[in-house]
Amino acid sequence: MSTLAELAFSRQDYAYAFLDAFAKRELRRKILKAIAIPGYQVPYASREVPMARGWGTGGLQVTLALVGPKDTVKVIDQGDDDSVNAANLRRFIARMAGVKTTTDALEASLIQSRHRIPEEILRPDQILVLQVPVPEPLSWVEPSYTRARELHADAEYGLAWLGIYEDLVRYRSNTHGADYPVLVNGRYLMAPSPIPRWDTPKLHLAQHLTLLSAGREKRLYAVPPHTEVRPLEFSDVPFAVEDQRGWADAQTGVQNKFMTEIPLEGGQSRYQLSDSDYARKAALRLEIGATYYDDQGTFYIPGFLAERKASVAPSHAEQSLGTD
Amino acid sequence: MQTLPLKPPQLTQHNPVVRATGLQKTYGQVVALRDVSLVAYPGEVLGIVGESGSGKSTLLRLLNLQESADAGTFYLEASPHDQQDLFTLDRYQARQVRVRHIGIVYQNPHLGLRMNHTSSGNVAERLILAGERSFGSLRRAARESLQVSDFPLGRMDDPPRKLSGGMQQRVQLAKAIALKPTLLLLDEPTTGLDVSVQALVLDTLKRLQYELGITMLIVSHDLGVIRTLADRVMVMRDGRVVEAGLTDQILEDPQHPYTQQLVHAKL
Repeated sequence: MSTLAELAFSRQDYAYAFLDAFAKRELRRKILKAIAIPGYQVPYASREVPMARGWGTGGLQVTLALVGPKDTVKVIDQGDDDSVNAANLRRFIARMAGVKTTTDALEASLIQSRHRIPEEILRPDQILVLQVPVPEPLSWVEPSYTRARELHADAEYGLAWLGIYEDLVRYRSNTHGADYPVLVNGRYLMAPSPIPRWDTPKLHLAQHLTLLSAGREKRLYAVPPHTEVRPLEFSDVPFAVEDQRGWADAQTGVQNKFMTEIPLEGGQSRYQLSDSDYARKAALRLEIGATYYDDQGTFYIPGFLAERKASVAPSHAEQSLGTD
Repeated sequence: MQTLPLKPPQLTQHNPVVRATGLQKTYGQVVALRDVSLVAYPGEVLGIVGESGSGKSTLLRLLNLQESADAGTFYLEASPHDQQDLFTLDRYQARQVRVRHIGIVYQNPHLGLRMNHTSSGNVAERLILAGERSFGSLRRAARESLQVSDFPLGRMDDPPRKLSGGMQQRVQLAKAIALKPTLLLLDEPTTGLDVSVQALVLDTLKRLQYELGITMLIVSHDLGVIRTLADRVMVMRDGRVVEAGLTDQILEDPQHPYTQQLVHAKL
């Protein structure tokens, strides 16, 4: 007969993946709750990690709670794998969990990201962790968090449309550049973290699990696979992603993927693929998986995005604003 | 000689729009309202006067369903809740009634407006809360409502913080009447404005009352405002109604010593 001491793991001074067992257990329970109630913000005890709040501590804690020795981890910062924030996080996760790291979105089993969802369609066995600075989508129109929670409880989201109204009136088009509010599973309004509008539709009926976590605000929420995620829109002004038609990556000539605009002297611009690993693959002519937007810029779920008009201006909003 | 039976005035033959009875409210040791009852008929303007701390604002907060009373009932001709004491509504229903049936103009525009949003957005907010989801309709409705309140349309997309006090009050008014409410509450709407602007805002209120026939409840300590607008007036002191009656009657021939004092205290 074996003793308890033989069955248990031997005592370790350092916990696997940095967080102690209790912290991980709490996080995993909260993650399960978040998955059970899509879009609902679950409070959790955000632990100290060796990094300042606001630098991805929320995403990091979720990643550390999920990571196992067989995982392959990718970390994205604004589409880039090599920025300081991404490199630091990736090195930390690798050191603490002893996992393989990669920059290839299709190789990774666990992707922690800030501001972007990869261009290639993620598979059901992959998990995307998004870092969230402001988890409360109503914070722009309802300054009191207590009242905002009441509004969530009552599914009373009229005020969110006020934000879109303001955008349309002030800037004549939808300038909500990032963090566009979405309704998850027809129930909870959710801030999808500051991903560009371009990435927002990627959450709709996605095959992968998306977890969103705000370390400073101590809230985490989830979009389970195959969940409806619809951006808020007026009945006469449809939601539209960034209009980057005609923009081509300076290095590879790729079009209709999300670009970063680099201003040049003399008012010219150069464009660069925001997803740096997609750019690498395109430049080396490596095999690229199926993408959310095809080479003509058509979204992979037919009919989900409204048909774009031929010309860039005047936008629909401008017409209905009238001249007064 | 046979005397004809006296008929009550036309106005009071309709069902009252607002019926509140026995309202009580205390804050700790302070008794803000003691057994206040009021009725208002369709299209009537009811004035409430009284000194600071007499319970006027508390009364308005109760009628605006911002707080619940300690005792008393409040009925409003507001379908589908017209047979129900509004103090028994839950949070969600109370919000619906407030959005659709009760408009309010505060003395301090900061309470009623989002100072950094556009003025038209402030007006549209009420329609959005009521479920309007077409941008074009919102624009049209906001423009109409601002126009009715004599707001200069060229500035409809300026934020209220950039507007003058009189214009801010007009935005509040446009927001309050955007959905043609059953009851319009006015809390000192002209206090703090200079006299000429006061007169213009009063003109607008008078015209709106005439055109839309909204039942109004106006709280003011300015007897001139009450005299201009109100059909009937209630005088409050220490959380009680000390005197009530037709405006002319009360202001010309006050019976209660406090009302006499109030009327004669005019400069």
